[in-house]
Amino acid sequence: MSEREVPLGALHRRLGARMVPFAGYQMPLQYSSIRDEHQAVRERAGLFDVSHMGEVRVGGPGAQAYLQRLVTNDVGKLAVGQALYTVMCREDGGIVDDLLVYRDPDDYMCVVNAARHDDDLEWMGRQLPPSGVELEDQSDQTCLLALQGPLSLQILAPLADGADLGAISYYHHQPGRVLGVPVRLSRTGYTGEDGFELYCDREAAEGLFQGILDHGRSHGLLPAGLGARDTLRLEAGFRLYGQDITLEREPISAGLGWVVKLDKGEFVGREALVRAKAEPQLSFIGLRLLGRGIPRPHQAILAAGQPIGEVTSGSYGFSVGAGIAMGYVRPGSAPKGSEVEVALRADPAERGRAQVVALPFYRRPT
Amino acid sequence: MSDPSLVRFTKTHEWVRPEGAGEAVIGISDHAQAQLGDVIFLELPSAGAHLTAGQRFGAVESVKAASDLYSPVSGEVVEVNQAAVSAPEVVNQDAQGAGWLLRVRLEGEIPTGLLDPQAYDAFAESDSH
Repeated sequence: MSEREVPLGALHRRLGARMVPFAGYQMPLQYSSIRDEHQAVRERAGLFDVSHMGEVRVGGPGAQAYLQRLVTNDVGKLAVGQALYTVMCREDGGIVDDLLVYRDPDDYMCVVNAARHDDDLEWMGRQLPPSGVELEDQSDQTCLLALQGPLSLQILAPLADGADLGAISYYHHQPGRVLGVPVRLSRTGYTGEDGFELYCDREAAEGLFQGILDHGRSHGLLPAGLGARDTLRLEAGFRLYGQDITLEREPISAGLGWVVKLDKGEFVGREALVRAKAEPQLSFIGLRLLGRGIPRPHQAILAAGQPIGEVTSGSYGFSVGAGIAMGYVRPGSAPKGSEVEVALRADPAERGRAQVVALPFYRRPT
Repeated sequence: MSDPSLVRFTKTHEWVRPEGAGEAVIGISDHAQAQLGDVIFLELPSAGAHLTAGQRFGAVESVKAASDLYSPVSGEVVEVNQAAVSAPEVVNQDAQGAGWLLRVRLEGEIPTGLLDPQAYDAFAESDSH
């Protein structure tokens, strides 16, 4: 199967990106090095093109009631100008996807994972009431740029047409213009740093990316790819769909109980999640390697020589200075602070000692 | 110093360069570092260790994957590039220069079956497709 080109593909190549297939698209893995791009985001800023993400507008008089039934978090509490992180589940609690829900004055916008886009649309369509709710897939005409890092505000402010960007709180958004381009200015991200996500029309995306990059260079802004995005999100403890959360996992075991509002009323999967809360099947934990070695997905986690679970995400935490991993274990088998082993290689002698630690691995200085 | 045209490569993407006086330097190819991406850890033998041509002598671990290293020559390790061990990013920056890994005292000649730079480039090109 051949991958689709993102609208900014030619620009990424001109910037020297190494392109890799990801979720059906050719995406930039890295421009310089993952280490440099990771550090740039932690210390200054990085600019990501994440236009592969899907955008679905939910409108009509029944939109709120529909979303309230579709997702696990409480859309009823979402004010205009706010954003909400949530998951949507099947009846059995299995996670269909994790998503952001933006509330606009007249409707909502859901932002979903590229790899889940088609399945999500199908699922969301099946949950529609006979009338009163419309779904509109805007993924193809929408691009998403993420400016992330402590200097994001400083870099973006002079380009934002006089908008008071500092007044946009975390997980809030407002319409605006950047370099004259109409955008949704959203104070969100997937890196653990301050930053903004900018949604714009696909025709304007290349000029916007290039313009922010040109202006930000003097602040040490770098274009950043999926490689750094993965190490940054892992340090921040953010789950990745397809690895940490899947149709086979429910959000309580995944440590996402905070986005499951069992008291908000009926929603798809509620009964299964009530049961899961009463008796969790798995625990989601963080691991920090005590020696050298980098944990990888699917490696076994062992305690006292016996398998207790499996790594779902693992890499090197550049800001942590160690190999780090997240994964599932049997409840109670790996309390925080305890020491376990990760089967780094097939050879039993190649096990890495690791400490069970709280998530996230990295928290930005406040 | 050394003549770059004398560098020889393995099909497992290591290189060896004769340095005169029966010594040679070993590293991984620029193609290999590009494929591996950011190198995080190097697992290398200590000075005094014996290498056998074609045998595993260590590993390089990148953000992407862990990969075994195979020696292009037989001999004794006389020096480990400590700069590369403590800051492995030099392997990404200059794999066939400052990012060298080991200096060895050769046992016999450099094996004749290794690839010259031109042949290796052609091999690496076909290998990455």
